[in-house]
Amino acid sequence: MLELFLSLLILVGAGFVFIGSFGLLRLRDFYGRLHAPTKATTLGVGSLLVASAVFFSHQDDGLSLHEILVTLFLFITAPVGAHLMAKAALHLRLQSLAKPPSDDLLDGATCPAQETSESPLADEPGMNSSTK
Amino acid sequence: MLSTAVYIAFGLVSAALFLSFWRLLLGPSHPDRILALDTLYVNTVALLVLLGIHLRSNLYFEAALLIAMIGFVGTVALSKFLTRGDIIE
Repeated sequence: MLELFLSLLILVGAGFVFIGSFGLLRLRDFYGRLHAPTKATTLGVGSLLVASAVFFSHQDDGLSLHEILVTLFLFITAPVGAHLMAKAALHLRLQSLAKPPSDDLLDGATCPAQETSESPLADEPGMNSSTK
Repeated sequence: MLSTAVYIAFGLVSAALFLSFWRLLLGPSHPDRILALDTLYVNTVALLVLLGIHLRSNLYFEAALLIAMIGFVGTVALSKFLTRGDIIE
């Protein structure tokens, strides 16, 4: 029974790790590619580490907590790393395939990008907040 | 049954490493390559954990923890370098 549970956890974890890397290869722009490894791969590695913790707790007759430490560390650092990579990509002005929001959503509010429509950078959405 | 699952997982994680490495070679921009390196170290942590289960040895968690910590520092340093042109200001 325990072996079945462990096998299931290991297979699900490895499947999520594989899906994360497959998404990293297949998705079309950087902002889409950022999703796959930072979410699916982190969940997969977390599942593998939980399987390992259960396995060694059963084998050594004591609670094994190293793996929980690694899980916690990965779950804390993955969003921070993704945030920094997204900031680097925005700083380098990588092209996104997503369409800019339509004017209906603005609903009469003044958009700072539309006021300075003479500058060439104002046409790109989300690029009007470059911090130097 | 557990050893069969571990073998299948070895195959899947190795395929994931190969796909990430392909993105590292292919990646059209620098943040793509940083993301591929990030995925590579997380996959390596998964592979080391699987090796620990396969060999029934407790030795590999310290290595996995070290790779996780140093990989995160590497990601932060590369992203900071792209954003600010400098790592420690």
